[in-house]
Amino acid sequence: MLAYIIRRVIYAIPILIGVNLITFALFFVVNKPDDMARMQLGFKHVQQADIDKWKQAHGYDKPLFYNRAPTEGNAFTDTVFFVKSVRLFAFDFGNADDGRNITQDISERMWPSLAIAIPVFIVSLLLNITFALIIAFFRASYVDYMGVVTCVILMSISSLFYIIGGQYLISKLLHLVPISGYSADLDTATKFLILPVIIGIVGGIGAGTRWYRTIFLEEISKDYVRTARAKGLSERLVLFRHVLKNALVPILTGVVAVIPLLFMGSLILESFFGIPGLGSYTIDAIRSQDFAIVRAMVFLGSVLYIIGLILTDISYTMVDPRIRLGVR
Amino acid sequence: MSTTKPNLILFSIIFIVIALVSPLEEFWQIKFVPLWTDLLIYVLVVAVLLFGIQVRHKEHLRVPWRHVLQRPLAMSALVVLGVYVLIGLMDSLHFRQALEKQQGQTETQYSGDVLSLFDVLATPIRVQQEKSYSAPFSAFLYAKETIETPEGQVRDYPRLQYGGRHLKIPAQDRIPNLVMALFLSFVATLLILLVVFVVVVFFVAHHYKTAFGDTMDAIVGGKTGIPFRAMLITFSVICFLVVVVVMLADKYHILGTDKVGNDVLYLSLKSIRTGLVIGTLTTLIMLPFAIMLGIMAGHYRGWIDDVIQYIYTTLNSIPGVLLIAAAILSLQVYLANNPEMFDTVTERADLRLLFLCLILGLTSWTGLCRLLRGETFKVSQLDYIQAATAFGTGHVKTMSRHILPNITHIVLIAIVLDFSGLVLAEAVLSYVGVGVDPTTISWGNMINSARLEMARDPVVWWSLVAAFVFMFTLVLAANLFSDAVRDAFDPRITRSK
Amino acid sequence: MIATKQTQNKHKAKIDHQAPLLEVNNLKTWFDSRDQIVRAVDGVNFSIKKGETFALLGESGCGKSMTSLSLMRLVPEPAGRIVSGSVKLNGVDLLQLTELKMQKMRGNHIAMIFQEPMTSLNPVLTIGKQIEETVTRHKKMGGYSAKKRVLELLDAVGIPDPKQRYDEYPHQLSGGMKQRVMIAIALAGEPALLVADEPTTALDVTIQLQVLELLRKLQNDTGMAILLITHDLGVVAEMADRVAVMYAGQIVEHADRQSFFSNPQHPYSKKLFDSVPAMAKREHSLAVIRGSVPALSQQFKGCRFEPRCDYAWDICRCQVPAWQLLDDGQGVLCHLLDPRYASQAPDVKKQIAPVIRKQSANHAGALLQVDGLKVHFPVTKGLFKRTVGFVKAVDDVSLVIPKGKTLALVGESGCGKTTVGKGILQLVKPTAGCVVLDGAQLNRLKHREMRAKRRDVQVIFQDPFSSMNPRMMIADIIEEGMLAQRVGGDARQRQQRIDQLLGQVGLAPEAKTRYPHEFSGGQRQRICIARALAVEPKLIICDEPTSALDVSVQAQILNLLKDLQDSLGLAYLFITHNLSVVEYLAHEIAVMYLGRIVEQGTVEEVIHNPLHPYTKALLSAVPTIVPDADRQVIRLRGEMPSATQPPIGCHFNPRCANARQICRNGYPEALKISDNHRVRCFLYKE
Repeated sequence: MLAYIIRRVIYAIPILIGVNLITFALFFVVNKPDDMARMQLGFKHVQQADIDKWKQAHGYDKPLFYNRAPTEGNAFTDTVFFVKSVRLFAFDFGNADDGRNITQDISERMWPSLAIAIPVFIVSLLLNITFALIIAFFRASYVDYMGVVTCVILMSISSLFYIIGGQYLISKLLHLVPISGYSADLDTATKFLILPVIIGIVGGIGAGTRWYRTIFLEEISKDYVRTARAKGLSERLVLFRHVLKNALVPILTGVVAVIPLLFMGSLILESFFGIPGLGSYTIDAIRSQDFAIVRAMVFLGSVLYIIGLILTDISYTMVDPRIRLGVR
Repeated sequence: MSTTKPNLILFSIIFIVIALVSPLEEFWQIKFVPLWTDLLIYVLVVAVLLFGIQVRHKEHLRVPWRHVLQRPLAMSALVVLGVYVLIGLMDSLHFRQALEKQQGQTETQYSGDVLSLFDVLATPIRVQQEKSYSAPFSAFLYAKETIETPEGQVRDYPRLQYGGRHLKIPAQDRIPNLVMALFLSFVATLLILLVVFVVVVFFVAHHYKTAFGDTMDAIVGGKTGIPFRAMLITFSVICFLVVVVVMLADKYHILGTDKVGNDVLYLSLKSIRTGLVIGTLTTLIMLPFAIMLGIMAGHYRGWIDDVIQYIYTTLNSIPGVLLIAAAILSLQVYLANNPEMFDTVTERADLRLLFLCLILGLTSWTGLCRLLRGETFKVSQLDYIQAATAFGTGHVKTMSRHILPNITHIVLIAIVLDFSGLVLAEAVLSYVGVGVDPTTISWGNMINSARLEMARDPVVWWSLVAAFVFMFTLVLAANLFSDAVRDAFDPRITRSK
Repeated sequence: MIATKQTQNKHKAKIDHQAPLLEVNNLKTWFDSRDQIVRAVDGVNFSIKKGETFALLGESGCGKSMTSLSLMRLVPEPAGRIVSGSVKLNGVDLLQLTELKMQKMRGNHIAMIFQEPMTSLNPVLTIGKQIEETVTRHKKMGGYSAKKRVLELLDAVGIPDPKQRYDEYPHQLSGGMKQRVMIAIALAGEPALLVADEPTTALDVTIQLQVLELLRKLQNDTGMAILLITHDLGVVAEMADRVAVMYAGQIVEHADRQSFFSNPQHPYSKKLFDSVPAMAKREHSLAVIRGSVPALSQQFKGCRFEPRCDYAWDICRCQVPAWQLLDDGQGVLCHLLDPRYASQAPDVKKQIAPVIRKQSANHAGALLQVDGLKVHFPVTKGLFKRTVGFVKAVDDVSLVIPKGKTLALVGESGCGKTTVGKGILQLVKPTAGCVVLDGAQLNRLKHREMRAKRRDVQVIFQDPFSSMNPRMMIADIIEEGMLAQRVGGDARQRQQRIDQLLGQVGLAPEAKTRYPHEFSGGQRQRICIARALAVEPKLIICDEPTSALDVSVQAQILNLLKDLQDSLGLAYLFITHNLSVVEYLAHEIAVMYLGRIVEQGTVEEVIHNPLHPYTKALLSAVPTIVPDADRQVIRLRGEMPSATQPPIGCHFNPRCANARQICRNGYPEALKISDNHRVRCFLYKE
């Protein structure tokens, strides 16, 4: 088991290097640091001196890959590539354009993100599976048909509408909870968090339920279900003991992959509700064109994605007796 | 045998189009301005036509499509989609109109405005611009202003320049006027429907060689194989709405106006093209990569498979929004530093739209690629691939003749399933600030600029609602249709207990 | 170890003249399929007595499986539905019960086992739990007593070491073991009737023998009745007390076993017997049933078998036949036996006389020579795909095929026989050895040279459904080889050649513009043969070409292959597990076990004088339709081990009744018995 995980981590290194090269190419090769400085400083009447000053202040004044005249340090380490990209591997994200420490920011903003993402994740999972099971139980009947149509309608509504509509209805018309805001204090946090959590859940019901329904129906058509029926088991037992347990294999593995990504938070939910999580952090960075933060979040996202892949493989072995790690 | 015919058709279409361009320009006094996305849309239309021709000849494609054609919900959705596509296509024919010739001028001068066919048709709602917000069907602005009247300065809601200007006393005249218009629309719709119904019955009767009366009974009773009744009902609803719009659009702002006084109906309709472009061109751009790499990985295996897997895992591991953000930000910097590249704002916005499609495609091809790789694996195990190898058939031929035709259903399902997701994604990306150009009219931009007004009291709701309704209708229709397509083509989905 | 089968049927004398346990009356099960109704089961009547074995015999698509599912009320809804009829079990009409009450019947009074043991068990539950489920559901047992009962059941179905198996998952068991678990599940409710739907079709012949004997033993112990659904006349002969033959949704004949096998009455039953290949029929063409099974979506005006029947005359076309009961309880649905019409029946004896073949006796030189062929697949592990072992799928196989002759490669699934074929075709790269075809050593050729040489050796696969690209027209499929090999001239000539090839395999030229799915299994196999013939090969490797086909269709293909051999001088490597086909078709036999050939020789030598214990067991395990009181059945212990870890010494020694110490020490060398006959076994010495 441990050997397997170590091996998977080693596999991950070339992927992270690839991610790094892509982002580096996007940020530094397509546009030179000069262009970026000009962009940040405004285009009109920018002197080269201002540009140099900005570059120096943000650490972009070094050569990209190879430093021919190292003032201090190595010819390779004293470059933009090393400082801005390679350091990411040590989770040293450096400073944002406004001078704040990104690593510090991330570790602070992680918690509000999780405060929304975790309840949404857990409740959605349970709710969607329950709905899907109900629909699967009444398969090929009107309940099934109406259920699917409802799902399709729900998933055709833009997530922006769920948020804006929810805010308008609950907060503005009914005045039940504040429109937006956040508090680190647990008691007051609840009233800020409840609406985004509910909206997050409702927004995902359509797609989620339909997806799980497909999985259940695929399982129900298999031979072992016929065997279970031939034993004289009730439809309820067939569904819960046989179908559900088999369906858990695709469900769990799909679900486990996204668990690490919960850290990244929800972009628009946090932004609309003014929650100081990583999602709104990312959006703010994009809007203010803070490349350092975007780079850091890209790297963090990839790491979490790879962790998700590894967790997926491990979860396979836990729900499916047919699969053992390392044996293909 | 079967491959030469579509090629012939393709070449003849291109030839006819090229031959027609310059006489048409002469005749209409215009100059075509083909945008990049326009060209790709034409390519797409031709591809869809060719595919349609293929379907008619291939039994394995015709049978599932027949299943789709028999689903009332799907076919109603198709009618709705058809209307959207029609508007989108009309909005994809761009040109510049000739200016009046000045004295002594020999060369024709062309206007700097790039218009589309749709713009010309929608001229009333395009040019009737107010000063600021006004509610749907209102004759007044939404905010009080100081008005100069003969009696002196009054603080009141000023009359609109265009909306309801035919009304003498809006408070009294408006409702009777609207009721009358609705009634007339209703009558007009009924007349149109009658004609359409007779035409449909005639053609159906002709095609299936049934009696006229029987055909009519079958359609009214909903007993036809293709659900004509459901389609006609959908059509009549759309028809009524269109008639209402045609009758009222130059007299009122049916959906109100936005902050700078643009007609919201015009904006909503213009957004259709943006949504369709993102939903379709993205797929069109990513499709060749996904298919080629997916099949190659599954067929060759070994190190080629390893490399392709590495590429898509790497791309997949970057969170989609961030990759798009990074790419769009880089593009922005690039465009800002090279402003001399474009003649018009429209062309610049168009390039950004295309680039958005490209980068969206780059982030979304990985899923399809992985799916195709797996399916190719499965197909490669089958005996007919072994048989082909036993004949000494080459790799390229094996992939193109044996593997590709047997995985097209997956590609098709992916295309229709992706469409609605991409339309929705545009709105979110535009909200985040990495979507289409701010000058491009899109639902995302509409929502983005209107959501701040939600805080106003009373609320300016019509922009938002209009954008949502138009977007929702498109996405719902697309979802319903893709559901039917998936049911018909996916062998894993069983429709029984 | 050795017993005659007759001894076990003693108890069955008692079961006559009892009230029937199951009575099926006018059962109709229909399906909605694409705007039409398919009458899969269309008025079926039969009854089963307590403790007897009733066989429902029929070819694929005749509705026998749907009949069995209807009895259980497990017809897939809503596409399928039971339209009318009654199914009375001990007087209770199952079709009238509520679903809740029916659930109490299923698994309790009436239990079922299915054809595919691989997919019929829940992969994520332990087998213990799956059996226990039935015990707790129907026997009101729980906890310790339930577990104890499960262990008893596992023991009863002959699963060694039940305590350990209790906690194992289905994937850890072999196919035969899984079917035993299925039987244990069915037994758990102590049912009065066991419905067995093709219980051994997916199993190898030696395992089939084990499972059938188990069913017989359990029936003896518990006195349950068995409804055996099968397509295999041999299985019926071994198992059944009474037989019903199904055709196109109806039962066309029922009889007790004795009368059925000695005197089948319905023309369809007779044809079935005639089309079974056997050594004795080598000189003749096999009887075939022309045409194919009629579509069940039509309304029949006359006899359903009429279009394919040699005896049919006018009345058969316009009047539905009525049941004719004969003296000994035999019943037939045929106008021939109807006293009102029998006299009008035309005399057709002459028409159906079998064609006598000329035996080609030329002794040409070797066409294919395989020497020491080895195909090993590496087992890799770890980051750098380290090779930690080999699956020796083919390990030192040598064989020779002369021009125009057939060599049959016989063995059970997993013995490596298919890999031998692929190794010869160079579809897998041989690890060692040499393959010489007509003077060219195939495994030494460069890629380009091999592509040209592929013309000489072609292949026909087992599954006629996956062996043709469903997206290509028949003409394109046949043309593919000609294009790749650049034979057949220009486009027009190629089209002519395609017409000719289709004619050669007995299909009309109109087939050209159609797609594979429009053809039946047998027709597809003909198209595959035409495709192979298109490049004029010298050798065709036939990989189980008839095992997916019904016996009457199999006869057509075997006849065709023989005709082609006679007219074109083709050589065949015939890979199969079916010994009766081998007896009929082959000139020489090679028997494979776990990657090696254990015995080879001419057909006569190997069939009549088998030497290797495995060959003997294999031959004796085949169920025969001719009752043979002297037949000695050799039951093999266990199943064939995996090729990853073959047993030390002779691979067969763990299952061999004659194994001695020497067998565990080393693999025996090939011993020459006669010019052709060789065996690898320590029992024989020079």
